Amino acid sequence: MTTLTASQPATAGSAGAPKRGVLSRVVDKLGGGLVQIVLIVLALFWLLPTLGLLVVSLRGDTDNNSSGWWTFFTKPAQLTFENYSNLLASGFTSSFWNTVAITVPATVLVIGIAAMAGYAFAWMEFPGRDGLFLVVIALLVVPIQIALIPIAKMYGFLGIFGSIPGVVLFHVAFGLPFAIFLLRNFFAGIPKELLEAARMDGAAEWKIFATVVFPLAKPAVASLGIFQFLWVWNDLLVALVFADTDAQPMTKALQSQMRQFGTNVDILAPGAFLSLIIPLVLFFSFQRYFVQGLLAGSVK
Amino acid sequence: MTERLDGPQTPRGDGDAAVARGASPGPDETTEATGGTASVEAKPSGTTHPALDDVATGEDGTTSSAPPALATGGPAAAKVSYGGSGNLGPSPRIAVFFLLPAFILLGAWVVYPIIYSIIRSLYDANGGTFVGLSNYGAIFSDSGTLSTIRNNLIWVVVAPSLVTVLGLIFAVLTERIRWATAFKLIVFMPMAVSLLASGVIFRLVYEQDPDKGVANAIITSVHDVFASSSGYPGARPRENDQAPVLVEKGAVVSRQPAQAGQQVLVPLVGMKPEALPSGAAAAKPASAAPGEVAGTVWLDFTPGGGTVNQMDGNEKGLPDVTVEAVSGGAVKATTTTAPDGSFHFAGLPAGSYQVRLPQSNFTQPFAGVTWLGPALITPAIIGAFIWVWAGFAMVLIAAGLSAIPRDALEAARIDGATEWQVFRRITIPLLSPVLLVVLVTMIINTLKVFDLVFVIAPGSVQPNANVIALEMWRVSFGGGGNQGLGSALAIFLLVLVLPFMAINIRRFRRDQA
Repeated sequence: MTTLTASQPATAGSAGAPKRGVLSRVVDKLGGGLVQIVLIVLALFWLLPTLGLLVVSLRGDTDNNSSGWWTFFTKPAQLTFENYSNLLASGFTSSFWNTVAITVPATVLVIGIAAMAGYAFAWMEFPGRDGLFLVVIALLVVPIQIALIPIAKMYGFLGIFGSIPGVVLFHVAFGLPFAIFLLRNFFAGIPKELLEAARMDGAAEWKIFATVVFPLAKPAVASLGIFQFLWVWNDLLVALVFADTDAQPMTKALQSQMRQFGTNVDILAPGAFLSLIIPLVLFFSFQRYFVQGLLAGSVK
Repeated sequence: MTERLDGPQTPRGDGDAAVARGASPGPDETTEATGGTASVEAKPSGTTHPALDDVATGEDGTTSSAPPALATGGPAAAKVSYGGSGNLGPSPRIAVFFLLPAFILLGAWVVYPIIYSIIRSLYDANGGTFVGLSNYGAIFSDSGTLSTIRNNLIWVVVAPSLVTVLGLIFAVLTERIRWATAFKLIVFMPMAVSLLASGVIFRLVYEQDPDKGVANAIITSVHDVFASSSGYPGARPRENDQAPVLVEKGAVVSRQPAQAGQQVLVPLVGMKPEALPSGAAAAKPASAAPGEVAGTVWLDFTPGGGTVNQMDGNEKGLPDVTVEAVSGGAVKATTTTAPDGSFHFAGLPAGSYQVRLPQSNFTQPFAGVTWLGPALITPAIIGAFIWVWAGFAMVLIAAGLSAIPRDALEAARIDGATEWQVFRRITIPLLSPVLLVVLVTMIINTLKVFDLVFVIAPGSVQPNANVIALEMWRVSFGGGGNQGLGSALAIFLLVLVLPFMAINIRRFRRDQA
């Protein structure tokens, strides 16, 4: 029940009639075997590209130039970790740590700042509250391209152009509309008796937020956290503009290698695979929250 | 209390009741009352967090002091409202403290840049001279940016609908298989992968060499299964005056025009007998019936002997060669050779004809598709986009599907509706809010598409694959150095997403009302 499909069978029993798909019944009559085959082929289509990247990253340059990666099925001996050890020796690790140094603060800051704002929007009264929240919703779809030139100018003025803090702040700002939107909606559903009781007891607003409301929002925070983490970890454009070579994350480091794609697959393939391991692990561990976040706010 | 709020979050029953609610007016009390899974909902349209929506409703039902607005339940329950018994809320000053960090960031990093960009777009490359709207004029007059806009248009028209349809098909097909979870995880996985890594992945997939790129490897092997005997690369006539045929513009043509009733010999050399398809039979002279031009195409080579321009016993015909009868420069008839290499043109009008074997018979073997060439680059990148996003569509639509009330479907079936009618007339309309959410999200995504194009398109074809978001970066940072035009492009992009901004706001207001 913790997986993607949990949405399906759970309610079937209570509804009485067995749950039946619509087209699937037609297809049933044509033979379920056909569906199985079609889905297996489709699954292969979705799996093969990533598998190909992994295998290519594990093959030597000469092998990759002379034969397809799929020959490893018959000759598994050709696999080697050489590309990875070369890559790690070449200083790629510094871009890995840059990615971490950008992603972690950007995620934590977005959660903290958006939680405060979401709480204010949900449970405080102040003039213009609804209008301001509509502004936040409007900002959800603003393309980041709009800010590249002005913020580059501003960072130059502040002296943080090219640095990690500049990249982090940019990600935080553009992560906020979605984060505020998600958390405000979650907070708004918290029973108000809970808050009123705390307020009646004379608890300070800050304390109510930190000890009553925020702990209740764990599922929403988890959804938001994984989204923001993946978004920042996987970003290329912001890094391309605002991170100089010392501060560049993996995506930018790899992008600079794309020009010689034919000749340096031995760098690109293992680099790309390293960059996607942590997102994949996160995704498989927290996919429940990932899906929840997806369903809660697919507007970005 | 903590348990009550947290509890329903854990099982993933999301969307079950939510979409039904979105589709049909009013909450379905019975679904909600099943507790556990059903009480957890997430609305794809995502305006209120529905999980707590329900908890709040339940709370109000048991509390007499609940204000009437909350007691009605449904989406409105999430609307914040302060009860009559004295407002305990904090003063607006504290609210400012809570909001300040967010609004400083949003103001300085998002709102101010919009205003700055509008003004900046009215100035020239260096920002020194006011040029009015001429940057916008440049967008719509430069052929480079126009093709960029055309590419974006292709993206917006093609990609979102393909993703939505594919997501719908996947969601429907997986409803009944046992390994649905595994399938969904596989299809959903690319969403966690960076677009850069996806780009690297698809650069590998689209490699031209069928020995490297898996796409061409599959296509060439499929092609070879169905059309292995179509080509004879290297086959050619002997280059002397005795040969009855000669090469002309890559095609093999008869030296002498043929009349009806005559036979045409097409002896070819230049390939090994082993290279002939296995179906090839010993070449036989074709006897031309009256009013017919006939002939034979064969491999005129016997190892260690044989007579030139004659069909010796062991020499085999070339099957499936395309042969044209040409008169006055125009092709009058086309046929293909039999396994023994013979061909017949029946019913030709009287006259003299030249027999021609077009160049297509002699081209190199099929080497796969040039995915990353100028012609196919945008479809190829859209393919990668679909690979990334189909899982998103599938998960949202599957949640919507599972929320459709079974009764409605069963009632229609009892009334004699076919499965297709049920699907077309009931399922699709009930799903339409979800489908719309998927479609709109994908349209916004395609308008902003950047990474995939930037990474997959090789430098030389990037102008052919260019999109607005990429052009904006190229113009302003990637060597263009024209921030006036860059700002105008950014504003143009913003204008393109404005309708979706309006849709979001309207949807939120409707759900709050």
